[in-house]
Amino acid sequence: MSAIGENGLRNPLKTARSYGSAQSGVHHWWVQRVTAVALIPLGLWFIWLALGLAHADFDTARAVIGQPVHAVLLIALVVALFWHGALGLQVVIEDYVHTRWKEIALQLAVRFGAFIAAVACILAIARIALTR
Amino acid sequence: MSQTARPLSPHLQIYRWRVNMLQSTLHRLSGLFLCLGGLLLAWGLIAAACNAGAWAAFAAFCGSPFGIALLIAWTWALLFHLCNGIQHLYRDAGMGYDAAQRDHMRTPSYFAMGWVVIAVSLILTALVWICVFARASGGAA
Repeated sequence: MSAIGENGLRNPLKTARSYGSAQSGVHHWWVQRVTAVALIPLGLWFIWLALGLAHADFDTARAVIGQPVHAVLLIALVVALFWHGALGLQVVIEDYVHTRWKEIALQLAVRFGAFIAAVACILAIARIALTR
Repeated sequence: MSQTARPLSPHLQIYRWRVNMLQSTLHRLSGLFLCLGGLLLAWGLIAAACNAGAWAAFAAFCGSPFGIALLIAWTWALLFHLCNGIQHLYRDAGMGYDAAQRDHMRTPSYFAMGWVVIAVSLILTALVWICVFARASGGAA
């Protein structure tokens, strides 16, 4: 084994020149699946919650969102949702946008947009839950 | 991007149409649409955190004909993406690929599963909106 080395029979240059695996490709795939699994129960629960919030007035909506269990699950939902969404949009952009500067601009916009939206949602939920 | 002389894979019209083509397209489209739905969720939460006026504006949008149409579409997008996503996870685990399940002529279960996913998502969407409208008529009385 020592004669072959860490790269097996490959010349290290093959990896260095971007034809080999970067060893991190599975991370995107895995996080997409983890957030997907989280979103199965959270998504079904959210539909149930939204059904309760339909036709609710301001005070009722705040009371429902502000319940500790609901607030915690909503924050979990928002994190999983925007993370999963950003990963999905990233792949769509990689597939269809082939002009380099447009691709990078869109990727940055998606990342920043998803992050800002998630933070805004978390702050809103926290504010509703903590000021009653 | 620099190498343009690579061989190309055959384009769409070469392949026989299968239901998983529809599933794949719908999964992407519903995913994109759900990202917009995430922004609606953000609007609702921020409105609820602000004041009664902001919440009334949000509720008015959701209760308008355009808003209801969007919400129905979002419900189906969410439920289809969820059902199809469960099928994705099932197949990611390596299940459902046996020869008998792949063979369309003998056992159509691989493709039948695609139709089941679409049917279940439509049925669940109908159930959700029956609940919404039943509550609306019950609440008004």
